This record gives sequence, C-alpha cells and structure tokens, in this order.
Amino acid sequence: MATESKEASHAPSQALVIVAHGSHLNPDSSVPTFTHADSIRGTDAFDEVVTGFWKEEPHFREVLRTVDSDRVYVVPLFMSEGYFTEEVIPRELRLDDWDVDAWDSDGTSASFASVTASDTGQEVLYCGPVGTHDSMSRVIMRRAETVTGDPTVGDGFGLAVVGHGTKRNENSAKAINYHAARIEASDRFDEVRSVFMDEDPEVDDVSTLFGCSDVVVVPLFVADGFHTQEDIPEDMGLTEDHRDGYDVPAMVEDTRIWYTGAVGTEPMLAEVVLERAADAGADVSAALEARRTAASETLSPR
Amino acid sequence: MHESSLEALLEAARSQPIAFDGLEIESAEDGFLFAVPGHARSGLDQEQLVEQVSRHPKYLSNWYVFTRPRAEPRTAFLRWIEGAEALEVPERYTRLRDGMSTRWGELLIGATVHDGQRRYDLRHVEEEATPRDRLDTYEDPLEARALAKQDPSGRYRPLKSAPTLQAGWVFPELAPDELTATVEQFYPASIENWYLEREDALDVSHWRETMERQTGIYGVVETWDRGDGYDHVNWVTEAMCDDSQCLKRRRWEYDEETTLDTDPGDGAFPCREPCSLMVSAARRWTRLEGEQPERYQLTLTPSEKAQLERLIEAVADDELDEIREADLRDGANRYRARYLRAKRLDAEGQLDVEPADPS
Repeated sequence: MATESKEASHAPSQALVIVAHGSHLNPDSSVPTFTHADSIRGTDAFDEVVTGFWKEEPHFREVLRTVDSDRVYVVPLFMSEGYFTEEVIPRELRLDDWDVDAWDSDGTSASFASVTASDTGQEVLYCGPVGTHDSMSRVIMRRAETVTGDPTVGDGFGLAVVGHGTKRNENSAKAINYHAARIEASDRFDEVRSVFMDEDPEVDDVSTLFGCSDVVVVPLFVADGFHTQEDIPEDMGLTEDHRDGYDVPAMVEDTRIWYTGAVGTEPMLAEVVLERAADAGADVSAALEARRTAASETLSPR
Repeated sequence: MHESSLEALLEAARSQPIAFDGLEIESAEDGFLFAVPGHARSGLDQEQLVEQVSRHPKYLSNWYVFTRPRAEPRTAFLRWIEGAEALEVPERYTRLRDGMSTRWGELLIGATVHDGQRRYDLRHVEEEATPRDRLDTYEDPLEARALAKQDPSGRYRPLKSAPTLQAGWVFPELAPDELTATVEQFYPASIENWYLEREDALDVSHWRETMERQTGIYGVVETWDRGDGYDHVNWVTEAMCDDSQCLKRRRWEYDEETTLDTDPGDGAFPCREPCSLMVSAARRWTRLEGEQPERYQLTLTPSEKAQLERLIEAVADDELDEIREADLRDGANRYRARYLRAKRLDAEGQLDVEPADPS
C-alpha cells in the first residue's frame, strides 16, 4: 500500500554510543556500562543513548544501525588505549577511514576523530577511552572518598592505582602511571603508587610498599569480575578465599587496606563519558552541570 | 478524534498532497480534495475538509501513527505487526479492535487499537492465554534488559537469541515507540536487520570472511580452514545455530560460493554473520581440532556403548533436568552414570584404554 507522503524523516541531532567489552561468562561485566548509559540518558543531553559490546549484544558490528541519528559520539568504556580502542572497535564499527594518528596520542592523550561508518553512512565522532581522560584522576580520588566516607581523605593516606600490567596489555601500565603521577602531583595523598597484577611493583606487596598506615587501593578496571573480586583481594591478602568475602577496611600486616573494587562502577564515571563527548564537540554542558550538582549533594561530609 | 492528529494532518495537507493507505488529500485551486476507497469529495473548504476527516477517523489515526518521526525500520516493523501492506484500513481496524498477535523470537506481540491509539501487550509466547494479573507487570522498555539477562534457572544468557527467555512478565500497555524499544532490548538490532533483509540490503558476512577479519587471540581461527572442505563449519552450525539453540535465521554460509548443509532455521529475523559467541567457540575448536586422531582400544558392553551415546545426546539436547531420579532405564540417569564411572573409570576419572594395535 502507498506510503508516499510521509513526513520528512526525522533525524535526532546527536546520539551517544558507549562501547564496552562485555562478557560471555560474567553477567556483571556490562553492569557499569548500562548504569552510566542510564544516568546519561536521564540528563537528556543526547537524543539517543545506546550501548554496544564486543562480547554481548548489540555487537559493535550492529550497534550503529540501531541509532537513528546521523551524528554519533562513540565513547569506549575501556581503561587504556591500545588494541581494542585503536584496532578492534574502529574495525568492527566499520570506520574505514579511521587512522590512529588522528588521535595524536602518546598512549594516554587520545582526543577524538571524525570518521564515517561505511555501512550506515553516519558521522562518527570516535573518542578516546574514558580511562585515559584527565578527569579519570578525579574519579580515582572520588573512589577514595567514597570508600573512606571522607570527602577530604588524603592526609595520612596512601593511594595505590592497580592495573593488569604489560603482559596482558602494553598500554595498561601507561594509563595507571599517568593517573598515579597526576594524583601524586596534587599533593593530596602522602604516597601514590602504581601497582600491577603481573609486573613489579606487584599488588601482592601493597602492604609493604607503603609507609602509611592507611592505603586506598583502586583498580583501574571497568567492571567487577574475576580480577577485581577474586585475584586482587586474594593477592593482597585481604582474604584467603574470595568466596569468603573481605572487609573494607581490612588489616594486612600493619596496614589498613581500603579496597574500592573496580573504578568503573563509580557513578562519577558518567561525567568522564560526557566530557569525552564534549571534547569531540557534543553540547553536554547542562548535563555535566546537573550531574555535578547532584553528585556534590550526595557526597556531603558525614 | 484527536485534535493533535487532526492539526498535524491539516498542516501536512497544506504543504504537500497526502496519499497514505487509501487516504488521499490534495489542495487544489477550488479547494481540497478528500478521498478514501469508495468515497471522494472535492472543492472543500477547510471546515468541510475537517468534517470529512472526522467522518473517517480510522484513516486519520492510521496516517498519524505511521508518520510520527521514527526510524524507517521501526515504522516498517509496526506496520508489519498489523499486516498494513495487505489489509485495508477498515479491515485492519476491525481486526485490531479484537486484537492481532505476532511472534518475534520468543516474544508475543499483541496489538490493539482503542480510540485511535495503538497499544501493545508484550509477553512470552508460552503465556498467550495467561491473564495479565498473574504476570509481573512492566512499563519501562529498559526493564527488559534484566528479564533478558538470565534464563528461567537464573543462568546468565550470553546469547540474547537463545530460546531460553524466562516467562512470567508482561508489558501490557506499550505505545508504538515503546514497543520497538522493548523488542530491541530482548533482541538487539533484530528490527534493523529484519528490515535490511526485506529491503534486500542485509550485509551478510560469511564464515570465511568473518574469521579472516579476526585478530589478536581470535586470529588463530582462520587457520581452521585448511582448504579441506567445510564439514567443520557444518558441525559448528549444527551445534550452535539450530533453532533449538538460537532463534535467528542463519543467512551466512561458508563463503559466497559454498552453502552449508545445515538447516538455517525458521526464525523471524536474520543472522548476518557468525556471532561473538561462535568466534570464541571456534577458537576453542581450532585448538582442539589441531590434534591428530588416535585409535584406542576400549572394552565396553553393548549397553555401555549405548549409554555413552545416550550421555552425549542428553547433554547436547539439554535433557538432564528432565531425567527422573529413579529412571534407571535412561543411560543418562545420574545413578547409571555413577555406576559406569565406578566400573570403567580409574581414580583419575579416566577410561581404561590402550592404544589399539597398529594394523
């Protein structure tokens, strides 16, 4: 039947697509991605907010076709730059004219690139991952505030930022060291160190690496899973067996360890997603303002 | 009749002629022309046009619902649900008044129209006759995400199109755009891919090209293709793509020239390329299938041989939960399996086998 005289087809002005790894095995892997997407959806900054995954659905290959907008901001919910952000995501999104040089990054300074998705024809503003954005340093510190319940935490405290290490991801250590250095430069904590799961200095030695009696340990991971809930707590000596759980804080030798779990579950991470899109030209200032106001109200001193 | 839809129609008619599912409105020098099948008036002033439209409210509401700003695949999907390409407006509205239903994977979509407004009841196909008040009620499309995450026994569903959707819920009163948003939470991208297929524009990626694209830890899968046929891909698709495992209809083959021998399935929506779960599985099989076969000599009674075959069948067809505790006739019964283990496996759980004599 005839449908000739439709109204002009509608194209919302801007869409946000958050892309993340996801998992075939761990149902919690995608939880932070959904949580941050929902929180950004609530700000009305974008006409559409959509999530796409490497291991879940919609897959990277099919996520863009579910978006109606012609202009799409894609923000990877990954903690470092490298194989996934530079190769897998652009390939699977079919950003055929993508060139990593467009990010002009030294491994922690990715910006954004304007590229076209060859299957949908959409203009994609492909942003660097949340993990290497400068604001991530603030999120790590926020994690220390929430785990201690102290918005001014710093004096007398050490801070450890935990990553995989280079065996599994060449750039993982770069992101860890970058934020550790920035936080150290802020002079907020007595000591700040990078530690790793599979290279020195190792997370196993956190209690002896620091001179402080209190150390906040923040894993730079997107989601809670095997590494953050099993390996790291056991490696640090918080618990003999992860199935028994662990205390926060927990005493290990003479050090009180405040273990935060994956930084990706921190609500403030949604702001980093917004800032990534803002850096690429998205108009999200009202949304950022609203979120920060809401956040400061929920984090008043006890 | 709804003021907003009437105003929208008049505004649209002033800027361009309307021809939609039998409704025609044109602006001519002597006034408006209005026509629906079997009825036409011309030379109408605006008041008369409004009167004509008011006498045919079904055509107005039909025009309105399908011309709202919406991505084309979703409009096509909403029209498909009520057979809009085949049924004339009055007939369609009569059927909608009584309720029309459509299946989509394990979803049952019930469409109705009241006072010109379409509403959709979305639930599990197995609960077509279940009264609403016996189901958990949901409104927000995003709530479908949690329903799709686990199967009825609480296990994580890594594949959204697996026929393991839990039941017990209903979205009773979805508006058109809420319906498509909810369907997309259960079956992501299914509407878009169905639409592309209808338009003969589905971007199918066959096994070979999909595996050749893989890098990193999945780069190895490409080496599973050794130029010695495609039996292995037949086995993979029989294992993972059968309708008992996935409700998408496989559109991809071994490669552009070589079709697979397995049944692509009867699903409503297509599968464009081997999914990420299959790529991961293929990595495992690439490693396992790199082994060379060996001949073993193993002693079993005929019943024990049949029991091994039955065990494989029961696991492959997910029948273990259905085997009764005391049904000792079934080779996959737990007591039968424990007996076989006690008799034929050693302390390490290994079969007592010897390499067969080379012949």
